[in-house]
Parts: sequence; C-alpha cells; structure tokens
Amino acid sequence: MTIKVYFEDVSVGDEMPAWSRTTDFMNWNRYAAVNDEFVPFHMDDEAGRKAGNKEGAFGMGNLRYAYLANALRDWIGDEAEIREIGCQYRAINQKNDTLTVVGRVVEKSIEGGENRVKLTTNVMNQAGETTCPGHAVLVLPNRS
Amino acid sequence: MATGVDTLISPAMEEVKGKWGEARVSPPIAASDIRKWAIATYWPETPPPVYWDEDYARTTRWGGIVAPPDFNPFAWAVRRVAPAAMAQPAGGVRLTNMNGGQTDTYGVPMRPGDVITARSRLKDFNERQGRFGLMLYTFTENEWTNQKGEFVRRRIATSIRY
Repeated sequence: MTIKVYFEDVSVGDEMPAWSRTTDFMNWNRYAAVNDEFVPFHMDDEAGRKAGNKEGAFGMGNLRYAYLANALRDWIGDEAEIREIGCQYRAINQKNDTLTVVGRVVEKSIEGGENRVKLTTNVMNQAGETTCPGHAVLVLPNRS
Repeated sequence: MATGVDTLISPAMEEVKGKWGEARVSPPIAASDIRKWAIATYWPETPPPVYWDEDYARTTRWGGIVAPPDFNPFAWAVRRVAPAAMAQPAGGVRLTNMNGGQTDTYGVPMRPGDVITARSRLKDFNERQGRFGLMLYTFTENEWTNQKGEFVRRRIATSIRY
C-alpha cells in the first residue's frame, strides 16, 4: 500500500511532478499492439506525409492520454483515485519528441464525501510547445 | 477538404443524434491484457505493480490487480462496429478525420475477469468555417458498465472532420 499524496498536503497553485517520455516507434508500435491501433500514419513515414505531416509518421493521441493518466498515477500512488481526465489534441507528436506531462492544482473541494483536487494539465514538447491542454480531477485520501 | 458544399450535417446524423446505439460487450479482461497495456504505456520504464503484481495489488485498497483508467477492453474485436458518430456526413466528399480530444469520467476500476458493456450515441454536432474550410465537430458519448452494472467510464469524444 502506497499513499503518496494526502488531501491536506495539497494546495491550490501546487505543481505535480513533471513526467516525461521520449517517443518513437518503440513506444508507438507497442501502443498499436495493445490498442489494435494500426493506422498507417502512425506506422509509416510515407503515410504520415500523405496525411499532411511533412516529418512523416506521428504518435497517437490516445498514447498522450495514457501519459496523462500515468503521470497522475505516479504522483498520487495506488490509494488515490483518478475521477476525470480531459484533453484536447492541439499539436502533433513527432518522432523523437520528448513529451512532458505537467499539472497545476487549481481547486480543492469536498463533493459527495470525496476529497477532490482539480488540476489544469498539459503535455509539452521539448520546444516548450503546448500539445495537449486539459484538466484532471483526483480523489485523495485524508491524512487522519 | 469540403469544398462546394453548404453543410456537412446529413439527415442520417440528425436521425441518430441522441439515440443510444446497440450495446457492445467486451471479452473478459485478462490480467495479461492489463500487464501488456501498462508495459506499453509506461515504456521504457517499469509500470506500477498494482497493474501486474497480484501479491502486491492485494495489499492495496483495491484488493487485487486493477487496470489503468485508459485501458481499452474492446481492443482486438473480432467484428468491428462503426460508432454512431461516423454516420456519413453530407456532401459525399472524402474528409480528413482528426481526434479532437476527450473527457473521461471514471467510476469503479476495471479488473481481471470483468466484462464491460458499452453503449454510445452521437451526442451533438456543429460546423464552422476554419482554417481547412468547413469543419464538422461531432461529440460522441460512450458509456461503460461492468457485469455488476457498476459505472466504469463515460467518455465525451470530439471528432473533427474537414
């Protein structure tokens, strides 16, 4: 059992620990394999260029979504809950991009007996560009 | 790109708007499916043991292995069903389809042995002129429950076609 973050210890304005992955076919092909997501523009540079991305193949939005979930889970540990995650896909995940999930606490509340913490989140690339703005709602345990 | 058409909203889209489609039922979730999902999405790092180590997971509040929230039990369907949101737009033109994003709300976690039932509907749509001409935004609602009837996940997904 691992409790990493208690509700009482989180304040509005806090930032969650940054979480990064450098992505290429090693990540994308594994994700295609588990999600049965064999879309040509995720697998083949020529197909990626035909789809309008001059750099070639590009990464899955769903994998960036997984990175958001994983970053949150790694921060809060197993005893907390992820209640909601939302995001918009704004920029393409190019090959060899280093994607970094970031988040900032914007609200704390108790709703329906749950200790809720709301964050604004994003997935930034190595150039500091926003690729995936969004939000998350977590349910954290009490210290007492 | 949609050129020479006044609207991409078809009568078929109006017809299915708000109506739940036929339910789909997943195969039973295997612990190994969850393990592989976690390895793929954490690659190249080791995923948390609650996703693959039953002995450890038993010590957590969950009492056993659970799936990551984004786990898809419907991957590798033998028969594929087109979701309601893919009702053909008007104009008869071939459109580019982009994943615009999603908001998921989660209930109970998925576990090995669970069988998930999904239903979906075209919740809403609109269109507007954008940088690629006429752009159609569709919002699909997808709701998952488990074999006990417990709420698992609701997704509102945005699809952008132009």
